Amino acid sequence: MTASERPPSPGAFPRREPRQPVAGPDSEPEWYDEEAGPVVRHYARTYGRTKPRRGEFDLITLILATKTPNEIDPTLQPELATIIRLCQTPVSVAELATRLDLPTGIVRVLLGDLLDRGYIRTRSPAPAAQLPTERVFKAVLDGLRSL
Amino acid sequence: MAYGPSDTTGEETLPVALKILIAGGFGVGKTTLVGAVSEIQPLLTEEYLTDESIGIDDTSQVQSKHTTTVAMDFGRITLSHDLVLYLFGTPGQDRFWFVWDELSAGAIGAIVLADTRRLADCFPSVDYFEQRGLPFIVAVNQFEGTRQYDIAEVQMALNLDPGVPVIMCDARKRESARDALICLVEHAMRTAWGKPTPAPVG
Repeated sequence: MTASERPPSPGAFPRREPRQPVAGPDSEPEWYDEEAGPVVRHYARTYGRTKPRRGEFDLITLILATKTPNEIDPTLQPELATIIRLCQTPVSVAELATRLDLPTGIVRVLLGDLLDRGYIRTRSPAPAAQLPTERVFKAVLDGLRSL
Repeated sequence: MAYGPSDTTGEETLPVALKILIAGGFGVGKTTLVGAVSEIQPLLTEEYLTDESIGIDDTSQVQSKHTTTVAMDFGRITLSHDLVLYLFGTPGQDRFWFVWDELSAGAIGAIVLADTRRLADCFPSVDYFEQRGLPFIVAVNQFEGTRQYDIAEVQMALNLDPGVPVIMCDARKRESARDALICLVEHAMRTAWGKPTPAPVG
């Protein structure tokens, strides 16, 4: 780029016309990946269940184990034991899913079982309709500024 | 507490988790920006059932169900002992709006990354957050060899509300990515609490 280059005219960019109709929650999603196959494989781990028996787990709900790996019942399903080992410090549902290499839908069901049996504690984010308080905003800014 | 919220109570308090979305066209630098500030760099792969019976506990027709796989970057920033911020790079703009809906729910806001060589690529993101009413800023990612543009040109081309900040950033640089996050949080704060502070330019 050179200093002599002229600034572009206002028409240099394609101009966005706001509020075009876009696909939203009410529209039909388009599906691809037809060849992806059925989901039997993963859901076998949850005995076919697709919803947790207890609790609601957002992607950023934090999970903390209430038991140490030594206290795990040896007959516990291996995936559940692994989750307890991973949750010795607070871990989000999204992180668990990547570490377990499982879809979050499956992880949620497994977490519901662990919650039901008292193996974990959870903290969900504030409800979507609830704005963070000014105190939370300021704490976020303080934290970011000190990075 | 049998009928209480899903959150269990206990002796040790768990941190509060918050999230911010990083959106924009393919190859605009979302992964780079998340990686520049995150303590971790995992990729979240999600499987979704692709027929309308999704969410119903009926596996009898499972042979006819198909899945679609969505990949999104996410990162984590521990802000303090009781506050954790998650960043989610939104998946492809044209296909996965239902994922965006889940990600947007409860988010502080979004950073829309723009590339001046392909500015139109960020239009769908801008449209989405505008319609959804989620606070967002536009961060123009500066790529080497591209001409510097005037912020006002981008603002005009995007047809943004005057209050929406447009900033320059270098998604590879930690400080620059952090500054974009700060700009967004300040903007979300102004939006939430009606502070009549003008949006920064530059």
